[in-house]
Amino acid sequence: MTEFFAMGGYAVFLWPAYLVTLIAIVANVLIARRAHDGAKQEARRRFDLEDEGSTT
Amino acid sequence: MTAIRTSTIAAAWLVLERDLRLAVRRPAQLIQPLVFFAVVTLLFPLGYTPELGKLRAIAPGVLWVAALLASMLALESLFREDAADGTLEQFVVSGQPLVGLMAAKTLAHWLLTGLPLTLMAPLLGIALGVPVVAMPGILVALMLGTITLSLIGAVGAGLTLGVRRGGVLLSLLTLPLAVPVLIFGARATELAILGESQIGPLYLLSALAVLGITLAPLAAAAAVRIGLE
Amino acid sequence: MNWTWFHRLGSPPHIYRIAGTLTPWFAWPAGLLIAAALYGGLVLAPPDYQQGEGFRILYVHAPSAWLAVMIYGVMASAAAVGLIWRMKVAHAVAASCAGVGAWFTAVSLLTGMLWGKPMWGTYWVWDPRLTAQLILLFLYLGYMGLRAGIDDLGRADKASAVLAIVGVVNIPIIRYSVEWWNSIHQAPSVMKMDRPSMPFDMLAPLLMMLLGFTLYFAAVMLVRLRAEILRRERTASWIREVLR
Repeated sequence: MTEFFAMGGYAVFLWPAYLVTLIAIVANVLIARRAHDGAKQEARRRFDLEDEGSTT
Repeated sequence: MTAIRTSTIAAAWLVLERDLRLAVRRPAQLIQPLVFFAVVTLLFPLGYTPELGKLRAIAPGVLWVAALLASMLALESLFREDAADGTLEQFVVSGQPLVGLMAAKTLAHWLLTGLPLTLMAPLLGIALGVPVVAMPGILVALMLGTITLSLIGAVGAGLTLGVRRGGVLLSLLTLPLAVPVLIFGARATELAILGESQIGPLYLLSALAVLGITLAPLAAAAAVRIGLE
Repeated sequence: MNWTWFHRLGSPPHIYRIAGTLTPWFAWPAGLLIAAALYGGLVLAPPDYQQGEGFRILYVHAPSAWLAVMIYGVMASAAAVGLIWRMKVAHAVAASCAGVGAWFTAVSLLTGMLWGKPMWGTYWVWDPRLTAQLILLFLYLGYMGLRAGIDDLGRADKASAVLAIVGVVNIPIIRYSVEWWNSIHQAPSVMKMDRPSMPFDMLAPLLMMLLGFTLYFAAVMLVRLRAEILRRERTASWIREVLR
């Protein structure tokens, strides 16, 4: 197992490369989700305001 | 058909004439890019070394980067005033093909910056230790290269029409696109300094210029139309 | 010829729903493929005869570099469709591409540098591929800058579309010029992976990674697209029904 993580001496370069890629993959999912959730919330808030405006 | 074509050329000619006349009336705008070119180039001996032998080695890169930046500097004013005073809108509604008018404006920009920069380069080359025999080669390379730079720049200037403080953005858009010109131009200059045949890079520079002349005015016209919406 | 499908493509509520349905169909296979390729690439594939275990950086570098270039292509195609057929949804697709593309261009540069250190002895060599990738990053940043710089959405869409198309015409020229420049200055080029005979257990994880990353991009792009559509259609009544 330690041998696997040592990667024949290339560990210092190999794992950061994989880490950077992982960060990008996760970050882009989070960014996309947050943008979608944000847009939905904003739309909901606007519709709520409109509804209030029409009832009172 | 012929009537329309002649009138298009006549209109383009009028635009060119007008731009040149305006520029002559305001010589400061004409001279500023040239001074910029000289200052940037002459900073290198001060910042690097006064040894002409070493300067000669970096002269192609220095000349081209400085010329690139100087030509970019003059771009901002290419459309700005015309957009502000409504001239561009008149162009669009004039019924003349906007592509031709854009080509004329680009040509004016080249005559007012690219050509003077080219003519000034030998002087700066001497300060960088470039031998006099290399000058014709450098002139040809810069002349071909600056045409493409003006063409790329016109597209960039059109695209940044509606942008507040678009100067930095304009550079960010156009500099990456100018990379091939820089590469081929600097190589042609290097070969001229070494006294070798420049034919390869000059071919490539001409190819870029031809491609630019065919496509860039179209893109610039589209960009200006969008910018005025 | 029935063109209703084409008109539907331009209809935001329709696209919004379809994007929602499709996202998991891209996301799950992407996850599975990437996980399988990780196992194949890190465990099953034999070490390279020249680069030892270090070559395994290929399995994250190559797919990122592929995404960087492919996303620009998708972005420019969407931009062209948006310009030619005045299709707003296509502009929304282009807008959803840029951020992801810039991210993976940066990743391909960083992984390339981390690969370069053990192979060249230095983090940065003016290798033609790395250089072209760096210029691509600037093209993405310029595109995003132009989009952000124009307040009016319709104008931002069209201006950035023109820029994307200009960029896509230029990318092959830039790549060629950089290769040409490199061939003159004789910089080392270790990262050539187009060796004739890559053994199957090395190649298979690579292909799975490429496909996995592509599907991943599709999934992320669709989620961004939905956000983009909601933002653009803020006043439309169909959103009310969708959000219920």
